Amino acid sequence: MSTTKYSEEHEWVEVDGNTGTVGISNYAQDQLGDIVFIELPEAGATVEKGAEVAVVESVKAASEIYSPVSGDIVEANAALNETPELVNSDAEGGGWLYKITLADAGELDGLMDADGYAEFVEGLG
Amino acid sequence: MRYLPLGDVDRNDMLGRIGADSVDDLFEVIPPSARLEGLLDLPLAQGEIEVERALGKLSAKNRAAGDGPFFVGAGAYRHHVPASVDHLIQRSEFLTAYTPYQPEISQGTLQVLFEFQTQVALITGMDVANASMYDGATACAEAVMMAARVTRRKKIVMSGNLHPHYRDTVLTTAQFIDLEMSSVEPLPEVDETMACVVVQNPDVFGRVRDLTPLAEACHSAGALMIVVVTEVVSLGAIKSPGAMGADIVVVEGQGIGNGLNYGGPYLGLFAAREKYVRQMPGRLCGETVDGDGRRGYVLTLSAREQHIRREKATSNICTNAGLCSLAFSIHLSLLGEDGFKRLALLNHQMAVKLSNALIAVPGVEEETETFFNEFTVRLPRPAAEVVDELLEHDVLGGVPLSRLFPERDDIENHLLVTATETNTMDDVTAFAKALREVLS
Repeated sequence: MSTTKYSEEHEWVEVDGNTGTVGISNYAQDQLGDIVFIELPEAGATVEKGAEVAVVESVKAASEIYSPVSGDIVEANAALNETPELVNSDAEGGGWLYKITLADAGELDGLMDADGYAEFVEGLG
Repeated sequence: MRYLPLGDVDRNDMLGRIGADSVDDLFEVIPPSARLEGLLDLPLAQGEIEVERALGKLSAKNRAAGDGPFFVGAGAYRHHVPASVDHLIQRSEFLTAYTPYQPEISQGTLQVLFEFQTQVALITGMDVANASMYDGATACAEAVMMAARVTRRKKIVMSGNLHPHYRDTVLTTAQFIDLEMSSVEPLPEVDETMACVVVQNPDVFGRVRDLTPLAEACHSAGALMIVVVTEVVSLGAIKSPGAMGADIVVVEGQGIGNGLNYGGPYLGLFAAREKYVRQMPGRLCGETVDGDGRRGYVLTLSAREQHIRREKATSNICTNAGLCSLAFSIHLSLLGEDGFKRLALLNHQMAVKLSNALIAVPGVEEETETFFNEFTVRLPRPAAEVVDELLEHDVLGGVPLSRLFPERDDIENHLLVTATETNTMDDVTAFAKALREVLS
């Protein structure tokens, strides 16, 4: 069974076994506006929780994406090279950014669940 | 935003908030010895006629490049700029030659920038170019920092044959961003720790080289090759850096459209491969269509600039050398592609004549076999004193390499000389004659 967790930096990670799929939340894509380019991490790279792992560039600004978990990058979503707008249309599905092998499943405990994140976003006004 | 002058109330309010008693308190970190006490020792006011006379006297102490035979280059080149360039850049449509933020009111300036970028990309043989930078040397520093961003490596290798002013500008500009920089010649084997190799062509001694093998070595190690060109006119005669495999090309563009200007303002050209466009510094102008489908121009790809990304911006440059780039574009348009090539050829031909005339002088040895419009000769004694003595014969005979490389005794007798289309055969004859007398 898979679970999805959210960070305060507006990334989500969907965990299935030992692999996490990471993207940005629907709220984040809405805030960024039309996304025109995404700088994705390379497969094989090792990242720490909180490290800058990707850059999402919209017509307004280029924003860093911080990895919500530590681990090794398994795959980046190659579809985004040609169609970065997938992040706008399907941020929490087909617009995922990368897959990662979790180094420490315990890190997930520090993240929010869907309800908690909804409340967090509500609080941002 | 409203721009209003400050009154004492505003000033005291601001001082109060930052906890300072007076404006003078803000300057306390400046040592008293460096502070100006009282007024400068200058006459308070004079009539226009007196001022003209005084300044005329001052300016008569200078020796202008056009006053006699002139063979000085080394990064700043005297070319003929047609009077039409100066006339056109003063047209009111170009009055604010600055990077425009509002496309609604700036289509003319934006179109010029777009044409400028196209010209730069064409002559360098690259995919994309920006709307210009301050000068070749600062563009070189930006290129080095860009290579570090692209490769995520810290090791910067500069050729020892890069103009020392460019080397020093790189070292100064990039000193706080944790790079490992070195200047070496001959170049070491390119390896996978290097972000880039920076080479100049023609190099600071005037030598022209095929950089293709170096580009291949860089690319197989995942490093970028940055090519520096200090004489833009050379691009009309030499295979383009892009065709030789450059990843980033920076050029001093002063030679087209712009005078020597006492060393500035100059014009930095910056071009790169398209895949690196998002890491390019500076302004980029793009072509687009408006709501009615009509062609229009607009600044683009600015999401990584300083006003948006603050300290994470690709560069702290948010402007361009607007007026100099306008003059460049107009001059290059007047020349056209054929004219640019013919201009380059004229330069080379005059330099060949000069080289032949100088090496016929007893004691003068050729040092540069393959050159464009600038080359090095070896004299029988220190070049600096020879240059001073040539001046007594009314000839400005080039740049002694000891001025650029004071630490190198081995090139103390070497003289860097330049010929352009502004030189005549009479100039060449006068130079050779004077050199013969000085060395005899």
